[in-house]
Amino acid sequence: MLTRLLTIAVAALALAPLQAEAFCGFYVGKADSSLFNEASQVILARDGQRTTISMRNDYKGEPTEFALVVPVPVVLRQEDVKVLDQKIFTRLDDYSAPRLVEYHDEDPCRPKIEFAPPPPPAMAAAPGGRAGPPLVRIEAFFTVGEYDIVILSAEESDALEAWLTQNGYNIPKGASAALRPYVRQNMKFFVAKVNLKEKAKAGGQYLSPLQFSFQSEKFMLPMRLGMLNARGPQDLIVYTLTRKGRVEASNYRTVKVPSDLDLPLHVREQSVFANVYKTAFARLAAADRYRTVYTEYFWNSSWCDPCVVPSPTNDEIAAAGASWIVDAQGLRARSADVLVTRLHLRYTPESFPEDLMLQETADRQPFQARYVLHHPWTGNPFQCPEAADYFRRVGERNAKEVDNLARLTGWKPGDIRARMPRYSVPEAPGQKAP
Amino acid sequence: MLAPLRSLDARWLQIGAVGSLLLCGALLRDFALSWQQSALCFAGALGAQALWMRLLGLRNVGYLSAIVTGIGLSVLVRADSLWVHPLVAFLAISAKFVVRIGDKHIFNPANLGVMIAVLFLPGAWLSPGQWGSDMIAALWFIALGVAVTVSAKRFDIAWAFLACYGALLVGRLLYLDQRWAVLLNQLSSGGLLLFTFFMITDPMTTPNDRRMRWLHAAMVAVLAFLWQFVWYRNGGPVWALFLLSPLVPLLDKLMPGPKHAWKPARVESTRPGVPCAPLSVMPTVPSTP
Repeated sequence: MLTRLLTIAVAALALAPLQAEAFCGFYVGKADSSLFNEASQVILARDGQRTTISMRNDYKGEPTEFALVVPVPVVLRQEDVKVLDQKIFTRLDDYSAPRLVEYHDEDPCRPKIEFAPPPPPAMAAAPGGRAGPPLVRIEAFFTVGEYDIVILSAEESDALEAWLTQNGYNIPKGASAALRPYVRQNMKFFVAKVNLKEKAKAGGQYLSPLQFSFQSEKFMLPMRLGMLNARGPQDLIVYTLTRKGRVEASNYRTVKVPSDLDLPLHVREQSVFANVYKTAFARLAAADRYRTVYTEYFWNSSWCDPCVVPSPTNDEIAAAGASWIVDAQGLRARSADVLVTRLHLRYTPESFPEDLMLQETADRQPFQARYVLHHPWTGNPFQCPEAADYFRRVGERNAKEVDNLARLTGWKPGDIRARMPRYSVPEAPGQKAP
Repeated sequence: MLAPLRSLDARWLQIGAVGSLLLCGALLRDFALSWQQSALCFAGALGAQALWMRLLGLRNVGYLSAIVTGIGLSVLVRADSLWVHPLVAFLAISAKFVVRIGDKHIFNPANLGVMIAVLFLPGAWLSPGQWGSDMIAALWFIALGVAVTVSAKRFDIAWAFLACYGALLVGRLLYLDQRWAVLLNQLSSGGLLLFTFFMITDPMTTPNDRRMRWLHAAMVAVLAFLWQFVWYRNGGPVWALFLLSPLVPLLDKLMPGPKHAWKPARVESTRPGVPCAPLSVMPTVPSTP
């Protein structure tokens, strides 16, 4: 049945829908500057209690205005903090994005040839600052990449807010109240600012993603702080890298997005598919009142099927925080699995009142958001008796495809049908790049 | 109106309540549970019950408890294979006949089953958050739970547990100066309500004396809270009940009381006692028609 399989990359489409300003911590800046952090993306690698968090930086304002505040469970030292190549996020995003697969129907008049199933993909891959008021303590101060980093601990959130204000960080309104639960839990604060000299040396338009590691029993993401400057629903994508199994939220409901649905052929246009998925996701999240965490992908990082892009390399996975994938010699460690879970949240400050707590399950069943297109055979319906039967089934399948798309997006079946070609002509093999 | 219901074996109501919960959950809430897993789970529980009744030559013991266990395990345990559920159900029910002190078994079968799955079986896990925090669902669970509670008179432990656990959550919330929505999110989890009304309330594995029941509930609540919010681990209530169940024979020894009979019996006298005991939350429904 399968004659040709082709995948279309849908890079970053899930991220575009909303302009967001939230993050794990918050970006602070002058009230009149337009902060832009539209794609909150976080990588969370966890091995035992060792946790590495990487945060993509999409700040597009003046570097002098940039600052980031993230609560962390322990005092971080210079060697715990790194800057990361932005490319890692793009790679993970492309690798795990919702995907379209295409199948070409075979000639119903030709005798059936049994195709051998493709071999299963191999599991192993190829390849000190100023002293503030006494209630705030500077635990560490160092420079990493283009950032000046201060690790603060505080006894009172008001004092912390005062310290940040006095030191030139323009904090959003309500910061003290938002900081208080973290202060009470004795958490520390990772505060980053751009060092203009270092930034000039490094060059480039964008700021690098920041990555930091620590030991903690807490498997969570402090997302509440990021809601301070949030207006309307915000999107957050969390990639977790773990050893054992799929990751899910333990204090919110986690469900898989609808997958393996046959869709009409005109969805093949990348812009149309992007729109379909965005609409479907928006509809899904709104129907759940923004209270649900969606799993969009879960796979062993060493392979994919079908692949939108080649799976991430060992070096990329290690750079993303899953350093256990390589051994001391820099080679892939034996029996070291890195499992990628992609979680997508659309939330409001009301719908996610608590930070996101996570748990690693024992589930190892791969999952991907996958949508299927079928190219019908375009021969003569009177060529053989089977052909007539075949076209009847194609008609039924088309009706189902319309129905699927209508349910997914809420579009009217009549409108969808109007856009559908009756039968599309299959292209010769080789015209499309996989 | 409740009188005819109360004359039924309490577990029939429990089966109706949890059963409908399970059905709604499976249909509406997208559990990572297949009907095959659930069916095999029931088969395992019923098979174990039949086997042990035969081996021990027991009469007058029905299959209700096996059905309740089958439902509970289907709702709480998740697995990526088909063999986990029936195995766990079989072991959990078997433990009811084997792990006993005096005339009572020690572990609630569903609780033990969950722990066996989580501790010893590969590819099995507990999904505490998968019920979501939907208020309407929570209210339904409570309503259904009350139905069960009212009919089985010794389910006062449910309210005692909920009062203590709730008080600890409120204390934490006030200390951290968080919004009340946080508490709502924590309390309206289906997993917690399921635990409160269908697991800790098993009269066969809770102390016979009312004061000891309240003490037991308070200890489970404290340990569950520590587990969840101080040690940052998941499944606090389930772990706490499992770890503290072996204390029940000791509590029974300290203050003996009549063993629970499933059929309606005479009302016990109410005595004030443990500080965590619920005050106004208990519905004042007469226990005899």
